[in-house]
Amino acid sequence: MSIYMTDRNEATEFQPKLHPGKKGRFAAHWAKYGTGYLFLAPFIILFTIFVIVPFFVSLGLSFTYYNMLEPPEWIGLNNYKLLFLEDDVFLIGVKNTLIFAFITGPIGYFASFFAAWAINELKTRKFLSLAFYAPSITSSVAVSVIWLYIFSPDRYGLINNLLIKLGFLTATEPILWTSNPKTIMPVIMVVSIWMSMGTGFLVFLAGLQNMPGELYDAANMDGVKNVFQKLWYITLPMMKPQLLFGAVNSIVNSFNVFAVATTIAGFPSPNYAGHTIVAHLYDYAFIRFEMGYASTIAVFLFVLTFLLGRICMKVFSSKDTY
Amino acid sequence: MVSIQGIGVKQRIYARWKASLRHRIRRISPGRVVTHIFMILLILFTSLPLVYLASTAFKPLDELYIFPPKFLAMRPTFENFSSLFTALSSTEVPFTRYLYNSLLVSVLTVLGTVMVSSMGAFGLVKYKPPCADFIFNLVVAALMFPTAVTQIPSYLVVNNLHLINTYASLIIPKLAVAYNLFLMKQFIEQTPNELIESAKIDGAKPFTIYWKIILPLLKPAVFTLIVFAFQSSWNDYFSPLIYTTSEAMKTVTLAIQTISGGTTDLARAGAVAAASLVTIIPTIIVFLIMQSGVIETMAYSGIKS
Repeated sequence: MSIYMTDRNEATEFQPKLHPGKKGRFAAHWAKYGTGYLFLAPFIILFTIFVIVPFFVSLGLSFTYYNMLEPPEWIGLNNYKLLFLEDDVFLIGVKNTLIFAFITGPIGYFASFFAAWAINELKTRKFLSLAFYAPSITSSVAVSVIWLYIFSPDRYGLINNLLIKLGFLTATEPILWTSNPKTIMPVIMVVSIWMSMGTGFLVFLAGLQNMPGELYDAANMDGVKNVFQKLWYITLPMMKPQLLFGAVNSIVNSFNVFAVATTIAGFPSPNYAGHTIVAHLYDYAFIRFEMGYASTIAVFLFVLTFLLGRICMKVFSSKDTY
Repeated sequence: MVSIQGIGVKQRIYARWKASLRHRIRRISPGRVVTHIFMILLILFTSLPLVYLASTAFKPLDELYIFPPKFLAMRPTFENFSSLFTALSSTEVPFTRYLYNSLLVSVLTVLGTVMVSSMGAFGLVKYKPPCADFIFNLVVAALMFPTAVTQIPSYLVVNNLHLINTYASLIIPKLAVAYNLFLMKQFIEQTPNELIESAKIDGAKPFTIYWKIILPLLKPAVFTLIVFAFQSSWNDYFSPLIYTTSEAMKTVTLAIQTISGGTTDLARAGAVAAASLVTIIPTIIVFLIMQSGVIETMAYSGIKS
């Protein structure tokens, strides 16, 4: 009994000596970062349960054959081989998505920054910003109804009607905007740019409103009078965090184009002219119920956007701002 | 006495207005003119289709088929709206129940996500724990993973937590959103550390620093996040569709979506337009309130400095 007790006492006494400083290091670490961890805890816990777990499950599914009825069957890299070597329709989707993203992404990004900056300079914020933000509030279905009416392929369409009136078209040969493979992509681009500018715009506007006024006063004294000089030397460097958010946002949006494309061009679209990566993903996930293959497509899209996102983070690295 | 003062004020206002007008005219430059023209074109591009949406909602059926098509409704009617509300009230659950569900879920989601993501971003940026970079990269990665394939795993998670058919299933999964933390982090990076340091010296507790110093500085960002979160929660019909099964748990957006359907048929254009107008009005109200909040904050900080 007594031996046992001394043993235990010895153990507790010796523990700090066996691992010198470990407990102390932990205490120091907790003293420094503990509060930070506590602030992060609610986010991390919820994020792990509802985002990280589904994310890794999907990642795992991309190596399986899973039809949602039978349990997933491990097939290694077969999905990836199939995707890159045999799926021609997928390659059309990749091509369309890349064209779409590299045109609409930058246009939407610069237009929304310009609009936020101009509205902030013009001091007529409230009404104009609503006019600018409102398109992003409406759902893509409602929006597509309106744009389909505007681009209607017969003479009832507003644009065809306008072109007929102006003499560019004859009433018997209206442009088939949404079924001609040549015009499908441009129409999808116009509608998507229209719908997607709001988010970036609002973030840029908030960033501009966050700007300390003293900086501009100081710049005025230093002789920076021109609005564009002010924009280049003060506003843009100060706005790096928002510019990065906007860039990531427009990359994600433009590479995930789907809802607008299918409501406008139909699914599948004529000659796959409006086929995108996410359209391909939906096809396999919710029409053919091949969840494994759909996850493979998702992983491909993820890698693509993540690499671009990393490039943006390098460009807009905000380390030097404060 | 009062009238003399009144005249004085009026004259002063007039003089100030004249001075500001002169100032404005002097400031007209080619750059400004081009900017204005560009702005007007942009605003026309963004707002005209919406005006068209509104006018379509007020068009009687026969006006949808006339040739040549008219931009505005000639004989505006409430037909589309009244048939929408008749359809909504003929379901077994009263319309107010949908409204209650939508408001409850949206308000709680917005409050929760603002707290969770601003606190998380505060911990991440201002305390910089060793894993901060890893967490941030994980958040950006999650942002970029297409949600279509995570829907089924998400459903399994919600199902395993026994949340199906509860309000919690519509709120809790939407609290820790990668986008929201990313947004908050970007804005917190701009807040000066000196304020926090001096508050610490004054003996302020960490939560007081977050609540009394950081959040007020973040007002533009918080208001922006409120608009985004409210809009995504209000417009989301996918979560109530898959996470709830009883009619009494449906939200306004889901109910309207079910009635108006996703058709793009011309004959239904009026009904769809009316339905989407009704759905976006709450978001517009929230947007307007938040916008004036941001502008007031600016005026306030202007006076202070």
